[in-house]
Amino acid sequence: MKNNFYFSTDSLSVGYNGKALISDITLNLQKGEILTLIGPNGSGKSTILKSITRHLATIAGTVYLDNKNMRTMNGRDVATRMAVVLTERVRPELMTCGELVASGRYPYTGSFGRLTARDHEIVREALRRVHAEELYDRDFTAISDGQRQRIMLARAIAQEPEIIVLDEPTSFLDIKHKIELLEILNDMAKKQNITVVMSLHEIDLACKVSDKIVCVKGDHIAAYGKPDEIFSDERINQLYDIERGSYNALLGSVELSKPAGDAKIFLIGGAGFGTRYYRALQKANIPFAAGILWENDVDFAVASVLAQEVVSVKAFSSITDAEITKAKAIIDRVQTVIDCGCPIGEFNRANEELLRYAGTKLKTEVLV
Amino acid sequence: MKKTYTDTMRYGMVFLTLAVLFCAAIVWNINTGSVDISLKDIIRIIFTKDNTDPASYNIIWKIRLPRLLTAAVLGGALSLSGFLLQTFFRNPIAGPFVLGISSGAKMFLAIVTIALTGWFPTIPISLTVVSAFLGSMLSMLLVLAFSGKIRNMSMLLVIGIMISYICSAVTDFLINFAKESEIVNLTHWSMGNFSGAGWANLKAAAIIVLPTVVAVFFLSKPISAYALGEGYAQSLGVNIKLFRILLIIFSSILSACVTAFAGPISFIGIAVPHICRIMLKTQKPLVMIPASFLCGSVFCMICDLIARTMFAPTELSVGTVTSAIGAPIVIWLMISRRVKNEE
Repeated sequence: MKNNFYFSTDSLSVGYNGKALISDITLNLQKGEILTLIGPNGSGKSTILKSITRHLATIAGTVYLDNKNMRTMNGRDVATRMAVVLTERVRPELMTCGELVASGRYPYTGSFGRLTARDHEIVREALRRVHAEELYDRDFTAISDGQRQRIMLARAIAQEPEIIVLDEPTSFLDIKHKIELLEILNDMAKKQNITVVMSLHEIDLACKVSDKIVCVKGDHIAAYGKPDEIFSDERINQLYDIERGSYNALLGSVELSKPAGDAKIFLIGGAGFGTRYYRALQKANIPFAAGILWENDVDFAVASVLAQEVVSVKAFSSITDAEITKAKAIIDRVQTVIDCGCPIGEFNRANEELLRYAGTKLKTEVLV
Repeated sequence: MKKTYTDTMRYGMVFLTLAVLFCAAIVWNINTGSVDISLKDIIRIIFTKDNTDPASYNIIWKIRLPRLLTAAVLGGALSLSGFLLQTFFRNPIAGPFVLGISSGAKMFLAIVTIALTGWFPTIPISLTVVSAFLGSMLSMLLVLAFSGKIRNMSMLLVIGIMISYICSAVTDFLINFAKESEIVNLTHWSMGNFSGAGWANLKAAAIIVLPTVVAVFFLSKPISAYALGEGYAQSLGVNIKLFRILLIIFSSILSACVTAFAGPISFIGIAVPHICRIMLKTQKPLVMIPASFLCGSVFCMICDLIARTMFAPTELSVGTVTSAIGAPIVIWLMISRRVKNEE
């Protein structure tokens, strides 16, 4: 199969001991594209990656690298094109970070592995790329997890690959280092045209960094395409079988499950003022209702998954009597009304009216 | 680059020290014993083969020198074998005998000895050597057969230990039903010693050991790729299956050879590579391979010297000395390194 893709799989089946776990994987990647595998734990992301890197024998189908069938390539042919960052934590004895990165030069060195001046230069450059030059002389076991992951990436870069395969490179990292690592990858892909294939747990980051997304679910590929096509609330909630709680694709945020029962409190919010109260009530497990919110309000995104009832208006439309009546009906039912402190302007006078209405029923409680 | 410079300096110093110790151990070893020979005479006899004093000549050329050199070759072999297995299993306590090599040798030797006592009043030493070697290789082949099926290295280690238990059980069973006189040879062998090592044995040992050492040295590049584990080694283009087989074969040949000629000698294989690593502060096979061999030679020669002189005329088995010296050294090294790491 000749095509203009740098890396592709053709009806690939992967699994262990000759038994296919995931079948019919067909992926196509150009140079410089970032492909991310997402999916629940144990869904087979690592199995796919290990089959691509030849750590696992493929069950059926073909993997093409640089228009060659990977099965027919020898170790060196693959090593000069593909570098990996694996999940297993390495604990090399008595090895400096510089030496560790230099091990990436293996496919290029002579029969005793002696490094030339050029090799040393490439090692330094790789460390520069991951902003870790100062670690050159440090012992690898004496640095932090975040630094280690960057060193492992530098090792892969020193291998001068055209494609890098990373299995969950962001686990063990805090948010700052996660962002840093993904920026380095993005930079490599866009500036050096290096293809990146990886698995990520952080779906919010995956959607921002990837050109293509593969949703892996148990025995099949649930979806494959550009992030915009893949990331809908429904698809993500289905992919991960989220029954309690929810994921919001647009905001990339996660909410826990909504408190059950009849609403006890009505919150008047908007413009993001309500969200912290919605979450506080969720934590206290008190069912509530929210209103009157425009559907383009961030508060609406949160309230719609946490509140029992939301009185809402379509984006950029005016509040009508219908919504006001509905809100008043709720206020009659609940014990308390909370003003979340959203400023009242020309368009949300109705909320002020609701507060006044609640005041007559002695239910107001102002929180700012 | 400054670091590289100091590293090179350190390697140079370590090798120089080892070379000096090597020479010192040789002279000291020849010089010590029931008959005293002056240093001047030793040098004269060795370099000119001066035969004017036949007693001294015979002691040096027929007894002390072959025994000494055998200790040097086999000690080096054991140490190198230990280094290979520690790298391979990524486990600091992996030694040459974990793959069941010594117990395989002992079992085979027990079978041969008991079967043949009817024909031979005393078992010739060559037969001991050959049967111990065959036994070692047999258990190695068994481990090799499993290694193809097993992905996890620590499982292979466990299998080696299990094979070792099985062989010991068979040996104990045979010994239970054997007459005392039939197993004298076996008991003597299983203590581990270099006494009775002659030129013929030395030559045979050297022919097996030295080419293997050279072959191992040529494998130092793939061995270095192993520092990050099998997954990364493979991604760098190392042919893992072939490399595994070669490593098991080489380390087994080395330890099988020692076992055959000198019996099971414990601790050199575990202790000496650690000592080298700590002196050199590196894991690089390119320096570790020659250093392990040299250091093993020195260590073994000194232990043999202690074995034969400490309670002279009673001679200890060299295994007793290596354990008595080696075990405390390993404990001390581990603790001092732990303390340094925590600073």
